[in-house]
Amino acid sequence: MQDNQPATDALIKPEEKQYSYLNLGPAHPATHGIFQNVLKMDGEIIIDSEPTVGYIHRAFEKLAERRPFYQITPITDRLNYCSSPINNMGWHMTVEKLLGIEIPKRVQYMRVIIMELARLADHIICNTIIGQDTGATTGFLYLFQMRERIYEIYEEICGARLTTNIGRIGGLERDFSPKCWDKINKFVADFPAKFTEFSNLLERNRIFMDRTINCGPITAERALNYSFSGPNLRAAGVDYDVRAMNPYSSYEEFDFIIPVGTNGDTYDRFMVRQEEMWQSLSIIKQAIEKIKKEPAGVYSAKVPEYCLPPKEEVYNDMEALIYHFKIVMGETEVPKGEVYHCVEGGNGELGFYLISDGGRTPFRLQFRRPCFIYYQAYPEMIRGSMLSDAVITMSSMNVIAGELDA
Amino acid sequence: MEGSAQEKTIGILKEKYEDQILHIDTPYDFLTVSLKAEKIIEIIQHLYHHPEGKFQYLTTLCGIHYPDLQQIAVMYQVHSLTTNNRVRLKVFLPEANPVVPTLTTVFSAANWLERETYDYFGVIFQGHPNLKRILNVDDMIIFPMRKEYPLEDQTREDKNDSMFGRE
Repeated sequence: MQDNQPATDALIKPEEKQYSYLNLGPAHPATHGIFQNVLKMDGEIIIDSEPTVGYIHRAFEKLAERRPFYQITPITDRLNYCSSPINNMGWHMTVEKLLGIEIPKRVQYMRVIIMELARLADHIICNTIIGQDTGATTGFLYLFQMRERIYEIYEEICGARLTTNIGRIGGLERDFSPKCWDKINKFVADFPAKFTEFSNLLERNRIFMDRTINCGPITAERALNYSFSGPNLRAAGVDYDVRAMNPYSSYEEFDFIIPVGTNGDTYDRFMVRQEEMWQSLSIIKQAIEKIKKEPAGVYSAKVPEYCLPPKEEVYNDMEALIYHFKIVMGETEVPKGEVYHCVEGGNGELGFYLISDGGRTPFRLQFRRPCFIYYQAYPEMIRGSMLSDAVITMSSMNVIAGELDA
Repeated sequence: MEGSAQEKTIGILKEKYEDQILHIDTPYDFLTVSLKAEKIIEIIQHLYHHPEGKFQYLTTLCGIHYPDLQQIAVMYQVHSLTTNNRVRLKVFLPEANPVVPTLTTVFSAANWLERETYDYFGVIFQGHPNLKRILNVDDMIIFPMRKEYPLEDQTREDKNDSMFGRE
């Protein structure tokens, strides 16, 4: 990054200078998704770039206008598919806010466990892939074992791994099984050793530091102007975290630190995510302790009109059958209103702006996708840097195609 | 946001732009102000620079189509990270000719959000540096998020409904 001024040849007049154009993407292993960047290059130095998005646009906002509320959950899975449980929970909380449902404490803590596991999985992907892109495959393989363990926990909770559809409006679909608790406890016990191993490989590694420090930096001022959020904003030095600023799901009861960086470069983004993983682990431990003090067996609020009853009840109980029918046919009453709810997703403030006109579907639903908003700063961040720096800048920003295109 | 903080924000708005306010509401405790469209950028700039407001973070921006009113609303949601207040501003534009000045002069983040709103609803953001479709294909002729367009694309001729069990 140091000597990246475009080479000026005294013999060539500026107007005669010719640049070459290079397509980075749409399908390239280094772009982690389907994005295209048309780079204007002077030798190996990037003069300008034009990002094109929309290759996997699936019209979620339009789809959402035709679906009953509970059928929108699977759509949210596909936003940031590296941490789908956070998206699911964010959507459930939005609807609960609209309906005015009070969630029992135990359920809130269970949700916190799920969300923090999802954040861990998300950051594991991002950070190990920064390693991968700088040529360190080992760390990637070490930590992906732990990500696999998180996915096994999801499997215990909801049966799915990637597109989870965890939870229902009003709570969760079932209680955590004893086997699930075993897996969570074992994960919490095993994670620090593995994670320390990974941290030792990269955090103070001279080669890695030289490669990432001052690579793709952004100032706090520009980051705010671009509405950055999440780890990328915190790496630039702004301590904005939705969990602390607008706590949801009882985050105000937890003790955690919000790490911030100083330069907003790739190394800072990496380090902020590293520290956030320790914090997530600590939050999970606290939540496990808190749950022990709550009455056992509660996994949902008592809102039969919005939350599908268990199958045995549907077959044997008239009321449950009526509720089941009404929910499936989308005939439940919802109030009119406008709600905005945001959660701290893997990449930043994930917001749901919901307008209900009292019908069975939302009148308008907008997803505030952090990736879509901060990815537009990418040309500014890579201008004047080398092509290989552009690749690791993108991986450290953790741009997820699903969230970008919606 | 607490009641007093909301009143303060309303006060900041009324300081200079009382005549621009059409309606003030707080659905689910979220301050929502409907404004006239002409001076919306000035108003957001006023909120941005005001020493007690400092609404310097654009959370989101989107369009909303109201077919009954024949209007398209543009919603701006700004957030003050110093006081942790949020405010939602709405302007209503006629469906036939939705034109509003661009916000990219204040927030760089507005660039793609405005392109998305143009792509979905056909709102023209005057002065935008690069107003073209972002998520949909360039040669699309409709603005798909408007309510008159059903979920399935009626302009397509390559889909044979009988193959999908429909007439």
